[in-house]
Amino acid sequence: MTSLANAFTLVAVGCGALLFLAGTLGLLRFPDTLSRLHALSKADNLGLGLIVLGLLPQAESFAGGLKLVCVWLLAQISAATASQLIAGVLYRRKSRP
Amino acid sequence: MTMLLDLALVAWLLALAIHVARARDDQGAIIAFIAFGLLLGLGWTRLSAIDVAMTEAAIGGGVTGMLLLRAEARLRQRSSQPQTPKRTTKAAAAIACTVVAAGLALAVLSFPSPAPTLAPAAAAALDSTGLGNPVTAVLLAYRALDTLLEKVVLLLALLGVWSLAPDQLWGGAPELRQTVAPPPFVYLGRILPPFGVLIAVYMCWVGADAPGGTFQAGTVLAAMWLLIMLASLRPAPETRRTTLRLLLVGGPVLFFAVGFLGFAVADGFLSYPEGAAKPIIVGIEAALTVSIALTLGLLVAGPSSRAPAP
Amino acid sequence: MADLFTGAALFILTVTALGLFKVLRSEIAVERMMAVQLLGTGGAAAVLLLGAATSSPAMTDVALLLMLLAAVSCAAFTSGQSSHTADASEQAEDEA
Repeated sequence: MTSLANAFTLVAVGCGALLFLAGTLGLLRFPDTLSRLHALSKADNLGLGLIVLGLLPQAESFAGGLKLVCVWLLAQISAATASQLIAGVLYRRKSRP
Repeated sequence: MTMLLDLALVAWLLALAIHVARARDDQGAIIAFIAFGLLLGLGWTRLSAIDVAMTEAAIGGGVTGMLLLRAEARLRQRSSQPQTPKRTTKAAAAIACTVVAAGLALAVLSFPSPAPTLAPAAAAALDSTGLGNPVTAVLLAYRALDTLLEKVVLLLALLGVWSLAPDQLWGGAPELRQTVAPPPFVYLGRILPPFGVLIAVYMCWVGADAPGGTFQAGTVLAAMWLLIMLASLRPAPETRRTTLRLLLVGGPVLFFAVGFLGFAVADGFLSYPEGAAKPIIVGIEAALTVSIALTLGLLVAGPSSRAPAP
Repeated sequence: MADLFTGAALFILTVTALGLFKVLRSEIAVERMMAVQLLGTGGAAAVLLLGAATSSPAMTDVALLLMLLAAVSCAAFTSGQSSHTADASEQAEDEA
């Protein structure tokens, strides 16, 4: 059972780490700012989400696991509003003559 | 692996510091400085100083960035031609910084090995305070006087900021809100503060036994308050209001009162009676959290810029 | 397991920090803020991983604070941007 949980942790954490790589590459290589913003939110949501998911079986207590999930939920709120705010700045600047 | 991580952190911190110092435009420097604070917080966790890492995360992420970015935005509005310091001024600043850094490095390197430490003594006396977190014990029991004076310094800093207001505006409210807050900003101002208050209460409570504490909690509350004011959900308070001023001095006053009470019920100034240390410390922390939150929030909000309502 | 967690943390931090250094040289201020945002999330992930590696539960609280305040500096940044008239060309000469 523990080896199964460990394997799950490894796979999820590995995927999460790769998503951070993908997000950074997108931030650097995508053609325009809005696409780069899109790449950023993938790393924010899915990257951190996979790492939290992977660490859940390793949590020492129920409260510890719950806190891990809270970290991810807070990241959801923060990342979503931050993306909207940044996109708003870009939009206003573009629509200005 | 950990060695590699530590070396990488040091290298990035140095590179970022050089970038901040060299950056020509203020905004770029501030953004790099926010990133610097993030990495510095990680560095503190590597030194097992989790309390400090939390303070760095709260101050760097919540208050310093906001303070610097707002100051930069205000400066940009005021003058179209940004003033850059002269070459000699820059050189003098560079020399002063280098001398201070070299002095600190010398001081650290000249420690005997192993360095003198009071950690065993602090851990041994922990039982008599009833606390589980040695950092809180140092801050509020062994060296409570330092903490008390530090809070007074915070209030003095706020007085300094307030006194920048012209005479006719004294006692008025600082102007914080934007002309039009975009909808996502208002959403953030509505949804984040409940979580922030919850986490601040948790920080303050858990600080007695685990990393966390009053300063972290106060900073989180201050950041949430600033968010609400910036989103125009609540106006900034008039600085002459009595309740505001009472809450501002409440924490330090309670601290002083407990300190003087120590003459009557314990061994002297700021000593706690046997067995009752923990509840007293938690009470002081709660009052201090409110005072710190208000002080930090008002420090960022700045001097009053509207005349008080008659 | 602990070594693998530390390795993953190092990987995430390296990737996001290198991305940040690259973007800091870009001329668009908004993108720098985005890179800081990515470093913040990557930092929180690294803190969680390091906490699991050293089995210190208090590290989760650091990540909690990082994520709670992640949007705050971004919000302060955008609120200063509404009155922003400076063009990207002005900032292109940052890197001398």
